Amino acid sequence: MLNYILRRLVYAAIMIVLVSFVSFVIIKLPPGDFLTQKVEQLRARGDRSAEARIEDYRIRYGLDRPFIEQYVGWVTKFVQGDFGESFEYERPVKDLLGERLTMTVILALATLIFTWAIAIPLGVYSAVKQYSIGDQIISVFSFIGLGMPGFLLALLILYFAITVLNQEATGLFSQQYVDAPWSIGRVLDLLNHLWIPAIVSAVTGTGGLIRIMRGNLLETLGQPFIEAARARGLANRTVIWKHAVRMAINPLIVILGSEAIPSIITGNALVSIVLNLPTIGPLFVESLRKLDMYMAGTCIVFFTLLLLIGNLLADLVLAWVDPRIRLE
Amino acid sequence: MTANELLVQIQNLRVEFDVRAGIVKAVDGVTFDIYRGQTLGVIGESGCGKSITARAILQMVPKPGKITAGQVLYHRRAKGSTQTDVINISKLDPDGQLIREIRGGEIGMIFQEPMSSLTPVYNAGSHINEAVSLHRLMPLRKVGDQMAETIRAHRKVTKEESRQIAIEMLRRVGIPKPEQRVDSYPHQLSGGQRQRVMIAIALSCQPVMLIADEPTTALDVSIEAQILDIMREMQRNENMAIMFITHNLGVIAEMAKEIVVMYMGKQVERASTVDIFYDPKHPYTRALLQSIPKVGRKTGTRLASIEGMVPDPFNLPTGCVFHPRCPSFMPGKCDKIAPTWKQLVGDHWVSCLLYEEV
Repeated sequence: MLNYILRRLVYAAIMIVLVSFVSFVIIKLPPGDFLTQKVEQLRARGDRSAEARIEDYRIRYGLDRPFIEQYVGWVTKFVQGDFGESFEYERPVKDLLGERLTMTVILALATLIFTWAIAIPLGVYSAVKQYSIGDQIISVFSFIGLGMPGFLLALLILYFAITVLNQEATGLFSQQYVDAPWSIGRVLDLLNHLWIPAIVSAVTGTGGLIRIMRGNLLETLGQPFIEAARARGLANRTVIWKHAVRMAINPLIVILGSEAIPSIITGNALVSIVLNLPTIGPLFVESLRKLDMYMAGTCIVFFTLLLLIGNLLADLVLAWVDPRIRLE
Repeated sequence: MTANELLVQIQNLRVEFDVRAGIVKAVDGVTFDIYRGQTLGVIGESGCGKSITARAILQMVPKPGKITAGQVLYHRRAKGSTQTDVINISKLDPDGQLIREIRGGEIGMIFQEPMSSLTPVYNAGSHINEAVSLHRLMPLRKVGDQMAETIRAHRKVTKEESRQIAIEMLRRVGIPKPEQRVDSYPHQLSGGQRQRVMIAIALSCQPVMLIADEPTTALDVSIEAQILDIMREMQRNENMAIMFITHNLGVIAEMAKEIVVMYMGKQVERASTVDIFYDPKHPYTRALLQSIPKVGRKTGTRLASIEGMVPDPFNLPTGCVFHPRCPSFMPGKCDKIAPTWKQLVGDHWVSCLLYEEV
């Protein structure tokens, strides 16, 4: 088992190197670099001295050197904990990400717990009471959630909040609390803003999970071992939770590892942009647009890392809950 | 043999499935009795209502089936006592306390698909433990004053006792190295072993009756013989009744004392095993018996089969449901008049117009 985990970690390391290299290549693919865009901007504003300054920057960031050299230089520093400097903000990537990391993780974990705590019971209810009124209502909402993009729902709710509730709805804090130290007021203010991303994620994030839970559970409930458990004299509740749900939950564990854990860092970037949430998602999207390559590269490496760790965790948890796939 | 003691009475039982395409009468007026310590065989083609009848005894007819008429009476007797209470099982709440005590505790059941009748994530021991911890009671040494009644003077088994019971049961059903096998997961066991585990679960609570729903259909013949032996041995030791459902006539001849033949939800004939095999009355029973392959019969001839197809359950034939396939079909009678359930001689019952004055 330990051997297996070690092997997976080695693969993970190789994978990260490959992914970082490829993403570096892709960022480099469009003609020009961050500075060519910058120069265009400055020139458009009629800034004559731009050309000269740009050359300084080019040397400072090493953009004049060959591609491989840039990559190796960045990687070497990366392992030492220096992720490079953002061109856009002219600050270290590490600081920029660090500022937003706490909020991103808090938001993502809250979303995660919220969606799962809603989705699993609703999915179970939907399957157990198949075709009941409750099941029909849940199904309609989960299809809406599946069909509607999160950012659209976010926009609708924003509109509703501003016009009907007359509430300032973007961001996570009101103006006076943004830079204030933590206090009861600040927490209440946070909760007052948090309901919008919470609803967006509850509707869009749970839809798919509810459907998967419902489908799997229905299939499991038709299995002979369910009838056999009932014939043993077990109460219906025990049959459903101990035998059926326990068997039907496996695909959700995979989803948890491969989708939910990586999303802890990104969150839903589009929703975050619409709602102006201070998470890493919008930062990442912006860095890709601006060819802010160290920023983008760092984000990608961390997403990959979380994805790999998430998958490994999912596999370990699966092996733990299901003896059929337990590894020797 | 002692006098026949009634255990379960099925009276005019009707089970209907209301599905989109119409109503299926899965069980249509079935009446028979099961006696303590005896084996009743139920035979018939697939889909004739055998399994549904069995599930009605445990009040677990699958959705959307409903018992629409008739009843299942269970003559309940506390262990060691001679007093019987009659319980109408078909009136019980399907998830209620009483029926759950009966299920598994007093009437055990084993199924057709041993491969998938054990929950894959739990080992053999936990399955047995589930049943044992629900139903099996240990005599309590010290009986308090208020607990003078014998029934109450029991306690639940402990974890360690339950494990010992599990190992003992696995040994009794012939699983080698039960101390190790008790921790095996279903996927580590063969089909025959899984069916043995199922039997061990069913018998671990010392039920008064075992419902065996085609227990050997999915197993190969040598395993089948072993499983049947185990069931017979257990029956002898525990004075347990068995309702044995099968479509294998050879197996039923070996196991049952009395046989009920079912066709399209109706019982067409009921008699002792000897009478069914040597003096079948109903044309369907005769046709079934003719379709048994026999060793030594001239090779090259085709095995007899029953003419025609099983009718559409939504559109049953009028009169006698078997008339379109019946070799003794009497035009003008069988397609118009439904036969009634009649006693011919002794315990030989049949439902056929050949034996009625019409």
